[in-house]
Amino acid sequence: MPGDGSLEQLKREGRIVVVGASLAGLRAAEALREKGFAGSLTLIGDEPHEPYDRPPLSKQVLLGRARAERTALPRLRAVDATWRLGVAATGLDLADGRVRLADGDEVPYDRLLIATGVRARPWPHEAEAELDGVFVLRGRDDSAALARRLDAGPERVLVVGAGFTGSEIASACRERGLAVTVVERGAAPLVGALGGVVGAVAAEMQREHGVDLRCGAMVTALEGDAAGRVRAARLSDGSVVETDVVVVSLGATRNTEWLAGSGLGAGPRGIACDAGCRAFDIRGIVTDDIYAAGDVARCPHPLFGYQFLSLEHWGNAVTQAGIAAHNMLSASADRLPHMEVPAFWSAQFGVNIKSVGVPSLGTEILITQGSLKEHRFVGVYGYQGRVIGAVAFDQARWLPFYQELIESTAPFPPPFATVDRRPDGQRPLDADFPDPSVPTHGPTVTVSGYSPADRRMTFTPAH
Amino acid sequence: MVRIAVDLNRCQGYAQCAFLAPEVFAMHGEEGLLYDPDVDEAQREKLARAAAACPVQAILVDAVDAVDVADAGDTPAEAVSGAR
Repeated sequence: MPGDGSLEQLKREGRIVVVGASLAGLRAAEALREKGFAGSLTLIGDEPHEPYDRPPLSKQVLLGRARAERTALPRLRAVDATWRLGVAATGLDLADGRVRLADGDEVPYDRLLIATGVRARPWPHEAEAELDGVFVLRGRDDSAALARRLDAGPERVLVVGAGFTGSEIASACRERGLAVTVVERGAAPLVGALGGVVGAVAAEMQREHGVDLRCGAMVTALEGDAAGRVRAARLSDGSVVETDVVVVSLGATRNTEWLAGSGLGAGPRGIACDAGCRAFDIRGIVTDDIYAAGDVARCPHPLFGYQFLSLEHWGNAVTQAGIAAHNMLSASADRLPHMEVPAFWSAQFGVNIKSVGVPSLGTEILITQGSLKEHRFVGVYGYQGRVIGAVAFDQARWLPFYQELIESTAPFPPPFATVDRRPDGQRPLDADFPDPSVPTHGPTVTVSGYSPADRRMTFTPAH
Repeated sequence: MVRIAVDLNRCQGYAQCAFLAPEVFAMHGEEGLLYDPDVDEAQREKLARAAAACPVQAILVDAVDAVDVADAGDTPAEAVSGAR
């Protein structure tokens, strides 16, 4: 195609459709205009809201310091788009190049970007999930509803699942003086993302801040009163927790159902793409007109042997959006790969947690700076003799240094003499990740093998 | 109103923003940052100073005055004005 003018024609008068009007969709739309796309641009979103930012929803909003309705993302430039908000995409016709919408409309495209993200995994028992006082937290409306309920001063909040979101919710509740019970089926909070050594620190933080933390236990049933309000939860250890607010934080499900039967390589693990965000079809052939970005995409990553990697990270959505936009408008020799080192942050119990690389691939951890006891440290994760990830508790400024070690596949344990090595950091420890076949609540990174058409599930709640 | 977001992957807790625009940014713990994502127009100047002073340029501020989308979830008045 390049050379025959079709790319110039696409830029001048093509039709680009973006399904998913959140962070990745918006940033991609802005990047397309930035790169000179002058054709028609349509953004489709199932929520009636303009693109908003999610990180504040489990932090500032629950603390009462911001309103969920006031979290719209800043616009970096005008996108001059047709917005179809409040209407979900329900199907894709690859042969005709059309997206079907819930209201019956069809939107034709020359290039399509899929950025439909993930949704909160609901409480698996439907009738219990519908009890008044049972919440999930993913979107703006979820956060607004939960914040209103917290304002009303519940007797006790029960958080099911101590991944990052669950832990942040518990932190906000404690800061507001609310009684909180957290139930986590793993051995410690954050254990799926950061392992047991760091998870033990997260557990200490929770308990020091007055959280009633129950690890190694599951909620087996939620009970309601006669008026349909939740009043108690039954746990697998036989205990009962009386509560009037339950927040289900069991991780997320990728929004790919609307692509079922389309022929695209999409399944519960996400949409398989090449390193340039172009989606594969189920035959393992890469498409040239369909791209994916953000939480819904799974892309091969050079740092991890080109296995497909799905990332539920803010920075990943921004970067992939830019890569997809660039590649849509570029000839094949000018396309760019998505190579960014994964990174995320969380704030909980007064501690700033940041990570680079993929800690959950690590088998060993070395505390290179600070100390676990002080809840202020850097931990470096090793995998097959190289540095694969790092986590910092209140030591954010060091992370760029560790990112360089990951990018340069530095040996593990790292050879440098640390400036601040304490007894914790004398030798590597087993990082103590749970058996990967045992699901945890909040893995935000998933490595999902080499098959572009892989449709197997990785997570099966045992509830 | 001015919409903002902070790229907290970049943020390293230098706290310059919390000094320059304390109505918008506040440190939370030793290096965590809380901010108001929807800033009052009266703070625009302070906000611009804070964004410019950030050593890692992590503060994203609205660059577009008139927004081209009506938020279908909000009131028609807001939808008509198309801007916040």
